[in-house]
Amino acid sequence: MPAVSKGDGMRGLAVFISDIRNCKSKEAEIKRINKELANIRSKFKGDKALDGYSKKKYVCKLLFIFLLGHDIDFGHMEAVNLLSSNKYTEKQIGYLFISVLVNSNSELIRLINNAIKNDLSSRNPTFMCLALHCIANVGSREMAEAFASEIPRILVAGDTMDSVKQSAALCLLRLYKTSPDLVLMGEWTSRVVHLLNDQHMGVVTAAISLITCLSQKNPDEFKTCVSLAVSRLSRIVSSASTDLQDYTYYFVPAPWLSCKLLRLLQCYPPPEDGAVKGRLVECLETILNKAQEPPKSKKVQHSNAKNAILFEAISLIIHYDSEPNLLVRACNQLGQFLQHRETNLRYLALESMCTLASSEFSHEAVKTHIETVINALKTERDVSVRQRAADLLYAMCDRSNAKQIVAEMLSYLETADYSIREEMVLKVAILAEKYAVDYSWYVDTILNLIRIAGDYVSEEVWYRVIQIVINRDDVQGYAAKTVFEALQAPACHENMVKVGGYILGEFGNLIAGDPRSSPLVQFNLLHSKFHLCSVPTRALLLSAYIKFINLFPETKATIQEVLRCDSQIRNSDVELQQRAVEYLKLSSIASTDVLATVLEEMPPFPERESSILAKLKKKKGPGAVSVTELEDSKREGGELNGGGDRGPDTAAMAASNASTPSPSADLLGIRSAAPVGAAPASAGSLLVDVFSEAGPIAPSAAVNDDGFLRFVCKNNGVLFENQLLQIGIKSEYRQNLGRMYLFYGNKTSVQFASFTTTVSCPGELQSHILSMHLCTKPVEPLVEGGAQIQQVLNIECLTDFSDAPLLNIKFRYGGALQNLTLKLPVTINKFFQPTEMTSSDFFQRWKQLSQPQQEAQKIFKANHSMDTEVLKAKLLGLGTALLDNVDPNPENYVCAGVIQTKGQQVGCLLRLEPNAQAQMYRLTLRCSKDSVSRRLCELLAEQF
Amino acid sequence: MQFMLLFSRQGKLRLQKWYVPLSDKEKKKITRELVQTVLARKPKMCSFLEWRDLKIVYKRYASLYFCCAIEDQDNELITLEIIHRYVELLDKYFGSVCELDIIFNFEKAYFILDEFLLGGEAQETSKKNVLKAIEQADLLQEVRHLMKLMLKTFYYFKFT
Repeated sequence: MPAVSKGDGMRGLAVFISDIRNCKSKEAEIKRINKELANIRSKFKGDKALDGYSKKKYVCKLLFIFLLGHDIDFGHMEAVNLLSSNKYTEKQIGYLFISVLVNSNSELIRLINNAIKNDLSSRNPTFMCLALHCIANVGSREMAEAFASEIPRILVAGDTMDSVKQSAALCLLRLYKTSPDLVLMGEWTSRVVHLLNDQHMGVVTAAISLITCLSQKNPDEFKTCVSLAVSRLSRIVSSASTDLQDYTYYFVPAPWLSCKLLRLLQCYPPPEDGAVKGRLVECLETILNKAQEPPKSKKVQHSNAKNAILFEAISLIIHYDSEPNLLVRACNQLGQFLQHRETNLRYLALESMCTLASSEFSHEAVKTHIETVINALKTERDVSVRQRAADLLYAMCDRSNAKQIVAEMLSYLETADYSIREEMVLKVAILAEKYAVDYSWYVDTILNLIRIAGDYVSEEVWYRVIQIVINRDDVQGYAAKTVFEALQAPACHENMVKVGGYILGEFGNLIAGDPRSSPLVQFNLLHSKFHLCSVPTRALLLSAYIKFINLFPETKATIQEVLRCDSQIRNSDVELQQRAVEYLKLSSIASTDVLATVLEEMPPFPERESSILAKLKKKKGPGAVSVTELEDSKREGGELNGGGDRGPDTAAMAASNASTPSPSADLLGIRSAAPVGAAPASAGSLLVDVFSEAGPIAPSAAVNDDGFLRFVCKNNGVLFENQLLQIGIKSEYRQNLGRMYLFYGNKTSVQFASFTTTVSCPGELQSHILSMHLCTKPVEPLVEGGAQIQQVLNIECLTDFSDAPLLNIKFRYGGALQNLTLKLPVTINKFFQPTEMTSSDFFQRWKQLSQPQQEAQKIFKANHSMDTEVLKAKLLGLGTALLDNVDPNPENYVCAGVIQTKGQQVGCLLRLEPNAQAQMYRLTLRCSKDSVSRRLCELLAEQF
Repeated sequence: MQFMLLFSRQGKLRLQKWYVPLSDKEKKKITRELVQTVLARKPKMCSFLEWRDLKIVYKRYASLYFCCAIEDQDNELITLEIIHRYVELLDKYFGSVCELDIIFNFEKAYFILDEFLLGGEAQETSKKNVLKAIEQADLLQEVRHLMKLMLKTFYYFKFT
């Protein structure tokens, strides 16, 4: 095809582009553009009507100017005019301009939508495609409002051309992403799913993206796609490389479609139907087998396409996490890629293996590659690949290899790129604490961390090492000796001075017997660093000095002299000056007894809850914490922290912190200073928290409310299920009392450790309305593989409420902390007592409840079947009485009931008016309490 | 896919396609940041990088960088081949495409992209079908062009 002979060459445009390219400076370019803009403006404003060609040319120039990065504030009208041209290229340029430069000028939107409407109904496939492309490119809400109901019709109509179907499918996808509420598939669902069977590969390729997105949101309605996808995949995988003609890409049959099919299957659990599952497993095995075959072409495109499918298949295998054989094969395949000469493959293999490491079936297999991964960390030239290697080492770390991995990460830190140092430091700190069996190793590791990458060691990390040393007396002597040695280095990091000052101040006596580290030697060593340090560190050192006076009376004279000198006692920094003055006075006035009391050894830090828990509690106020939760933090604390005496001696604290509630938080103030408050003494969960956003298998605490709405009209069922855990509920309610049984089933074959559950009431629910008494009995901390445990919850409704209580579940599974928060389906309608009444009674009461606040109304689209029996069942499940022969219109439903709370009864009347033709409902509620009307209306609008 | 950018080695943006709604200011910021990041990378480095919460997949063809931003669950390798297929389409249409073709016929580059990707997803992966759609459009134009030509040079025109 000859270059640029494409019919419509716009000479004026080409000249203008050349001019711009010839501009020597930015100024010249702007000058040329302004000249052109003035020219176009005058043409557009001129009296002479422009012909289509000129209009197209000028609009195209404006577009070019905009794409150069300049603002364009006119020309929209002319572009809209082009839309109604019957010349294809004029229309096309018009649409391009609109797609790139649309603004929400309402008048224009109306005109644009009109033009699109005309093209959509033109039955000319090229015009229809242009219009659909424009909708997909703009994807605004206005367009969704105008076309969301029309496009599904085009998509499934029998006489629509294939190319139009393709555009319609993806156009709909874009609208669904921006305005999901406006795109209602309803009756089209099954026909859309059956596009997977379409003869035309292009149609399948486009439609599957739409189906995948819809399946993610409504898995139940689209689940028939699983078997169709499997059979389509199987046909592609088993086809010869030439069968699919132009859909074969470098000898790989339909790689894009294959990837999309595998991606769609990842929206669902493994197929239940044995035959379908067998066929799928066969496909996955074929894909793994093909990876071992010699390549059909040396071109990188061939191997990329083939491996794209392979990686997608491995993602599916990991997603299922149920076929040990496939998981191990996937791991071996990735292992081969770890040493591949293509950097891209090494990168992806490291990334993919990270997820494999968290599967119980493949964790061990991943661990066998440790040497290769360590090598990658040392030798990869690309920092993004090294980063992946570090992530993988972190993910594959467990008790058996922690020492090796931590050592390798430490040595890598010495040369690591600045961009990833901070993250590496956190990782090392977490691993060191998590897998510390002997604490001298832990202390060594953290001190090394400070030595190697002191700048990147955040406060949390060095606070933590001090907390652990204080709480564990078996490591204190070792810690004092080690910091003393570390401080000998001529240049040591300020964080090291902080840790050193604190630890020697507390435990310097443990090494003072050795003349090489006599009290005076220790003091001189610390003081030699003093002048190089920042104010907060100096303040900390001054506190260490006063502790020295208490520990070693022989240093008193020397230290008093230091405190007395002008640079301390007249220091321009108020904080330092105050400390010097007060410490000097304290040391000279107080008797040794007083001094000893004030400067008593730090008591062990109290076990502290994780920051996630703290946050949760702050929300719900005191008293909402269940026993299990406290036990939880106790247990974790004991396990990782060695326990020790608890209960802070606050009096001593206050005394030792006597002078200075300083904002520059030193460790003396560790319990009173706010910024330190975040450092927990329990579980090391803070470090994990700090890191959770970046970690590959980080615990999540986002509230899951997927199951919540399904239980408004029913009391029993499965509330939640993932690969590890299934939670079922059974509940019964009488009057204002309820009882809920929770069943936790361990779906794996491995024990869950530290299993705890907590029920809490967020915000208002607890403090303001105080609506429910939740009484939970703690569950067993260990849940064996395959076992199910049960928990009972007693509920009392004191007054009406809108929020739902939250159920938090935590447990350890294969070393990783799992954290899950669910909304418990306790809704106000559970406390309904049905009330039967006659038509006249109903309408009399209806009229009595006529204040505007007492009524809540909602008009909404049907999301589920509008079948009478289904609706009746739902309304009965709601708890109200369903009243027959009350509403004059037999299509309508009316219900009545009384909500029983402890203090009050709330009468509720409900009317539901379906409109089958429009697939809409109108729901009206009138209750004697307005908050109840609103809440019931919200809840019910999601049910039909 | 969230967006695709084409830029030259000098950092000049040649084509931009956004599949998510963003303000002009945000688009400019992203472009600046990414162009800088990608141009700073060495030739042998891997084609993928993490950027904000997205994955960037890029490849250089002669003087042009093709750069796509995809989401966490998207497939990097297949995105790399999306880029390659687009280059093939441009190449076939323009006849060994070069940067200048894309500068002077930028609108065509957009039209071809719209036939291939829509809303950030592959619409039609067959090279033949995409080019057929584009050629049909060109033909519509050419027929009119020819008609005009025919009217002007009626006497010389012979039907064969």
